Amino acid sequence: MDTDRERHRARETAFYLFTQQSLPACKPVLTPGWVIAIFLFMGVIFIPVGLVTLRASHCVVEIVDRYDIDCVPEPSRMDKVSYIQDDSIPKNCSRFMKVHKYMKAPIYIYYQLDNYYQNHRRYVKSRSDKQLLDGQKYHDTSYCQPVESNNNRPIVPCGLIAWSLFNDTFEFIREGAELKVNRKNIAWKSDRGHKFGKNVYPFNFQNGTLIGGGKLNPEIPLSDQEDLIVWMRTSALPSFRKLYGRIEEDLDVDDVVVVNLMNNYNTYSFGGKKKLVLSTSSWLGGKNDFLGHACVFVGCSSLTLAIIFVLLHVKYRR
Amino acid sequence: MKRYVYINDNESSHELYCDNRISNRKYTVLNFLPKNLWEQFSRFMNQYFLLIACLQLWSLITPVNPASTWGPLIFIFAVSASKEAWDDYNRYLSDKKANEKLVWVVRQGIRKHIQAQDIHVGNIVWLRENDEVPCDLVLIGTSDPQGLCYVETAALDGETDLKTRVIPSACMGIDFELLHKIKGVIECPNPDKDITRFDANLRLFPPFIDNDVCPLTIKNTILQSCYLRNTEWACGVAVYTGNETKLGMSRGIPEPKLTAMDAMIDKLTGAIFVFQIVVVMVLGIAGNVWKDTEARKQWYVQYPIEGPWYELLVIPLRFELLCSIMIPISIKVSLDLVKSLYAKFIDWDTEMIDYETGIPSHATNTAISEDLGQVEYIMTDKTGTLTENRMIFRRCCISGVFYGNESGDALKDTKLLNAVAGSSPDVVQFLTVMAICNTVVPIKSKTGAISYKAQSQDEDALVNAAAQLHMVYANKTANILEIRFNGSVIKYEVLEILEFTSDRKRMSVVVKDCQNGKIVLLSKGADEAILPYAYVGQQTRTFIEAVEQYAQLGLRTLCLACRELREDEYQEWSLLFKEASSTLVDREWRIAEVCQRLEHDFEVLGVTAIEDRLQDGVPETIETLRKAGINFWMLTGDKQNTAIQIALSCNFISPEPKGQLLLIDGKTEDEVCRSLERVLLTMRITSSEPKDVAFVVDGWALEIALKHYRKAFTELAILSRTAICCRVTPSQKAQLVELLKSCDYRTLAIGDGGNDVRMIQQADIGVGISGREGLQAARAADYSIGKFRFLKRLILVHGRYSYNRTAFLSQYSFYKSLVICFIQIFFSFISGVSGTSLFNSVSLMAYNVFYTSVPVLVSVLDKDLSEGTVMQHPQILFYCQAGRLLNPSTFAGWFGRSLFHAIVVFVITIHAYAYEKSEMEELSMVALSGCIWLQAFVVALETNSFTILQHLAIWGNLVAFYVINWIFSAIPASGMYTIMFRLCRQLSYWITMSVSFTLSVF
Repeated sequence: MDTDRERHRARETAFYLFTQQSLPACKPVLTPGWVIAIFLFMGVIFIPVGLVTLRASHCVVEIVDRYDIDCVPEPSRMDKVSYIQDDSIPKNCSRFMKVHKYMKAPIYIYYQLDNYYQNHRRYVKSRSDKQLLDGQKYHDTSYCQPVESNNNRPIVPCGLIAWSLFNDTFEFIREGAELKVNRKNIAWKSDRGHKFGKNVYPFNFQNGTLIGGGKLNPEIPLSDQEDLIVWMRTSALPSFRKLYGRIEEDLDVDDVVVVNLMNNYNTYSFGGKKKLVLSTSSWLGGKNDFLGHACVFVGCSSLTLAIIFVLLHVKYRR
Repeated sequence: MKRYVYINDNESSHELYCDNRISNRKYTVLNFLPKNLWEQFSRFMNQYFLLIACLQLWSLITPVNPASTWGPLIFIFAVSASKEAWDDYNRYLSDKKANEKLVWVVRQGIRKHIQAQDIHVGNIVWLRENDEVPCDLVLIGTSDPQGLCYVETAALDGETDLKTRVIPSACMGIDFELLHKIKGVIECPNPDKDITRFDANLRLFPPFIDNDVCPLTIKNTILQSCYLRNTEWACGVAVYTGNETKLGMSRGIPEPKLTAMDAMIDKLTGAIFVFQIVVVMVLGIAGNVWKDTEARKQWYVQYPIEGPWYELLVIPLRFELLCSIMIPISIKVSLDLVKSLYAKFIDWDTEMIDYETGIPSHATNTAISEDLGQVEYIMTDKTGTLTENRMIFRRCCISGVFYGNESGDALKDTKLLNAVAGSSPDVVQFLTVMAICNTVVPIKSKTGAISYKAQSQDEDALVNAAAQLHMVYANKTANILEIRFNGSVIKYEVLEILEFTSDRKRMSVVVKDCQNGKIVLLSKGADEAILPYAYVGQQTRTFIEAVEQYAQLGLRTLCLACRELREDEYQEWSLLFKEASSTLVDREWRIAEVCQRLEHDFEVLGVTAIEDRLQDGVPETIETLRKAGINFWMLTGDKQNTAIQIALSCNFISPEPKGQLLLIDGKTEDEVCRSLERVLLTMRITSSEPKDVAFVVDGWALEIALKHYRKAFTELAILSRTAICCRVTPSQKAQLVELLKSCDYRTLAIGDGGNDVRMIQQADIGVGISGREGLQAARAADYSIGKFRFLKRLILVHGRYSYNRTAFLSQYSFYKSLVICFIQIFFSFISGVSGTSLFNSVSLMAYNVFYTSVPVLVSVLDKDLSEGTVMQHPQILFYCQAGRLLNPSTFAGWFGRSLFHAIVVFVITIHAYAYEKSEMEELSMVALSGCIWLQAFVVALETNSFTILQHLAIWGNLVAFYVINWIFSAIPASGMYTIMFRLCRQLSYWITMSVSFTLSVF
C-alpha cells in the first residue's frame, strides 16, 4: 500500500515538474576542453579503424578484364550492334587472365556492367513480385508493362527486368584443365526461399518478336533459376557487379586463366561496358578503399582540428 | 428595422421570429464532413498536399505508393476534424442542456412547465429566485410591491455586483392573477449586441390601462444568462429568443490572429515552393533531354517511339511528386501541437496564480504564444491594471478646508471628526452627497451589518467612507432612501437618477427630502464637469487648488455639488426628461442634453480624493520589461496630473534631470500642430542622448493629431519609447494600437475594464487582467492574468521560450524534409533522370511523420537559459524581438546544412556500397539510416537541456527505427525482407554510419 502511494506521489510530482517546465535536466556545455577532447577522441578512434579497413581492402585480390570490345572481331568493330544482333555469327571468344597475386578460395566471379541503368524508373518498376512467387495463379500483371503478355497469354516471369536477363556465359580453364565453377547458392537464400516460387515454371518467356536477354529453362522452377534471381536484385547504381559463380580452388601467382565466353549480351547499342571480375573477399566484402580513406580522412581532420583548437585556446586564453 | 412583440399572442410570432433554441454549434451531423473539409481545404498548404496526393494516384508518374501521402494527409485531417467534432459535440451538449431546461411559461392563459427551447417571442416567462434567465425578457411583474428585482449579470459582463431592474411604470400594480392575461405590444429595435441599451416602448391593451406609451430601457429588461437574486419571483415577456438575444448576438467568432512567426513560416514555405518548382523544371527538362538522347538507345527500357500527347509532362510531374516532400506535411500538426502545449504551460504555471483570488493565468488563444516573445510595444491601461483598483477615501476638501493633509487619512483627522460630531452644515451636506449620490444598493445581512453592492469602485469607497463618518446609508426600499446620521434617521425619496456617462463625466440624483419636501439635485463628477458650472459668484479657486494638489499626489479626485430645485422647475424638467427617455433614436444624446438643463448653477461643496494603490511589483515589472527593450505607452481615461504621478511612481518615466516630459496640448488645430512640431523637434535632437524622453498628450489633442497630423504623430510614436495618453476614450485607445501596428510593431495591450476591450481586440496580443472591474476584458483577451506583475513572466519566460522552440521546430521540419529530398534529387542524376525514388514508400512515410517528428516534439521542453538568467538579464529578449532565430538568413543556414548533410550521406553511401553491394533495397536503407543518425545528432546538438523525456525521445527514436525495420525485415512479403538483418551483420554498415555521422559534425 505504502509503496503504491509513494509511487503514485512520485508520478504526481513528476507530472507537476513537467507542467512547471522544471523537470531535472542536464545542460551539457561545450567548453573548449570538451571540444578538444572529443576531436582528439575521434581522431584516435578513426585513424586505426581506417587503417584496418584499408588493410582489409588491400588484402583482397581482384582481376578485372573488360571484354566487350575485344570480343568483337576486328571486321565487325565498325558496327558492333549489328554484329551482336546477328544470330548467325558465333559469339564465342577467349580471354586470358593472369593472376598477379596468390588468390585464396573461394574466388568470386562477377560480371560487371557499366552505364547500365537498372535503376531506371521504367525498368525498376517493371516486375511482379506476386507473380514470381505464385506464378500464373496471380493474374494482375499490369506492373509488368510493357512486357506483360504475348499472344494474349501471360509471360512468366513478366516484366522488363526478367526479359533483359544477362546471358553471357563463362568457362574457366587453367593449365588445360577446366576450373570447377560452383554456380549454386549465388543468390540470396531468402530470395530463393520466399520470393521466388518453388512451383512456378517459366512460361511463354522470350517468345515474342522482340527478344531481350537470356532464355530460361522451362523445366526448372524459378526458385532454382539463380541467375535470374541475382539479376532481379536490381542495382541502385549505373555500374554494378553481379555474382556469376565461385571458383573453389586457390589460384597461384602467375597462373593464367583462360576464359571461354559467349558474348551474347548487347551493351553496344547504348555504349555500356562489360567486364569480368575475379575477386577474393575479406570481412569488408570486395575491394573498396573508400571506407578506409574516409575513416582516415575523418580521423586526420579531427586531429588537425583538435590541434588547431589547442593552439587557439593557448593563444587566446583569458 | 423594428419588431413588434404582441404579448401573450401565441400564433402571430411563430413564423416571424425564431424559437428559443440556442445553437452554438458550427456543424450539423449532415454538413460536418463537407463543411469541415471545405474549411480545411481553404488553407493553401492543404490544397497543395491534396493536389500532390491526387497526382500520386496516377501510377505512371508516382514514384512511391500513394499511401505515403494519403496516409499522413488523412491522419492530419482526421486529427483536426475530430478535434473540431469533439468541440462541437461539447457545444451541442451544453446547448441541449440549456434548451431542455424546464421553465414556467404561460400558454393559453395557464402556466405550464415547458422546455426552454419552446419559448416564443411574446410568451410570458415566470422565474423563481436563483433561476437563470432563458431569453431576453421585458419585466412586467415581480414579487416586490415596488416592482423591483435584482439580477446578477456576471455571465454577461462579468460584473459580480447585483443590479436592480424595475418593471415599467405601465405594469405597476397589476394584480398577480391578471399577469397571465395581460395583452399589449412592445415596439423594440431589431436584435443587436449592445447590452447597455434597449430603447423600446410598451403599450398595453385595454382593459389593463389606457392606451399610453410607456418607455422601456435596459433597466426594464432581464437578459439571457443572468440570474434572478434576492427576489421571490419575476415574470417578463420574451422579446429576443434563441440566438437573437443580446448575448447570442454578441457571441461571435473572433478573427484568428496570425503571429509574426506564422507569417515568416508562410513566407519561407512560399520560398521553398518556388525553389521546388525551379528544381522540378530543371530536372524535368534534363529528364526529357536525357530520355531522348540516351534512354531511347537503351533497349532494355523499351521506350516507345511514339508516346502519348502528355509524354513531355510525365517526367516533370514525377519530379514534382518526388520533391513534394520538401514542404513537410507534418509541420502544421507539429506546430498546432506544440502551440497548444505552450498555452497549457501558461495555464499550469503556479508562479502566475494570483493567490489573493486564486485565479490562475489562462491562455484563451492558444496560437500566438511566440508573439509574446516578440513584443515591442506595450499599451497599458492605468486603473486596475497598474493600480489595484481598490479605492480608499484619503482626503477631502470641504468648503475650503483641507482634511487629512497631515495624517494622510481624512477618516482619522480629528478636525473632520469634530466637525461631524458638531454637525457642521457644510460637512453634513457633503457627507449626504457622498452617501446617496450613487447607484449603490445596501444589503443588510441577518446580523444587521450593512454591505454595499456598487458598480463603481469610487462610489463604493465614498459610501463606505461616509458610513465611517457616521453618515450611514442604511436602507433602500423602492424609491425611499434611509440614512442614519448621528442617531437620527433621514429619509429621501429618489425622483430621478441622471446616470454617469463618459461624455458627461458626472452623475446626479434628484431627491426629495421627506421631512421638509425640499427637492435637491446632488451631483458628483470630474472637476471639469462640475467646477465650470458653479453658480456665479462662488469662489472655486480653493477647489481648483485642491484638485491640483491631490492630483500631484496621484489621487483620484471627484467634485461634489448640489443645488436646490424649485418644485415647478423640477416638474417642467421632469416632463422633458421623460420624453427624452422614451425616444428611440439618439436617446443617449437627448438625455445628455436634457440633463445639461438641470446641471448648472451648482453650489460646489467640496473635493474628495481617493487613493488607488499601485499593484505589487509594478515598478519592477516595468523596469525589467523596459530593459528588455519594450516600449511602454500608458493609455488612461484619468487626468493628466494623476497619470503623470502614477507614471513616475511606477518607473514609467524618470524624474527630471534624467528624464524629460514633453507636453502636447492645445485646443485648436494650430495650437496642437505647433506643439506637436515642437515636441518632435526636441525628440529628434534628444534621440541620440541617453535621456529618457516621454511625451504626454490628452484626448483632445490626440483627436486632432490623429485626424490632421497623422504623419507627424506617427513619426513621434516611432521616436518615443514612452508615452502617456490621458483622457482618452476606448476608441482612441484602439486607434493608437492600430497606429503602432501600421508601423509594423508588435503590440501588446493590457487592461482590465470594459473600456479596454477594443484596444485588447485590436492589438496583436491582448492581455486582460481578471480584476475587480469584471471579466469583460479578460474574456476578450488572448491571455488573462491575475496581476500586472505576471506580465514579466508571461513575456520573458513563456513568450521567449515559445519563440525559441518554434523557431527550432519549424526550421528543423524544413531541414529534415530537405535532406531526404536532396538525396532523392542526387539519386535521380545516377538513375537516368527518370524520377526513381531511392526510398520505398514505407520509409518515406515513416521518416516524415514518425522518425523525425517525435524527437523534435520534445523540444518544447528545451530551455536555452534558465528562467532566473532570463529574468536577471532581460536584454536577452532582444534576440527574439529582432527575430534573430527565424529569418531568411537563419533559414538559409538550415538550408545549407541540409544540403551538406545530404551530400555527405549520399556520397558516402554510394561509394561505400558500390559494385557488388549496390543492391537497391540495401543501398536505400543505408542512406535512410544515415539520415536517421544525422537527425538524432542534429536534434541532440540543438537541444540545450536534456530532460529524461528528451533522452527518451531522441535515443528511443533511434532504437525504434531499428526495431521497426527489423520487424519489416522479418515479413517475407515486404520488399525489405531480411535487408535490415543483413545490414546489421555487416561491419561496413556500422563504419559507414559512424563516418557519415562524424563527417556531418564538421
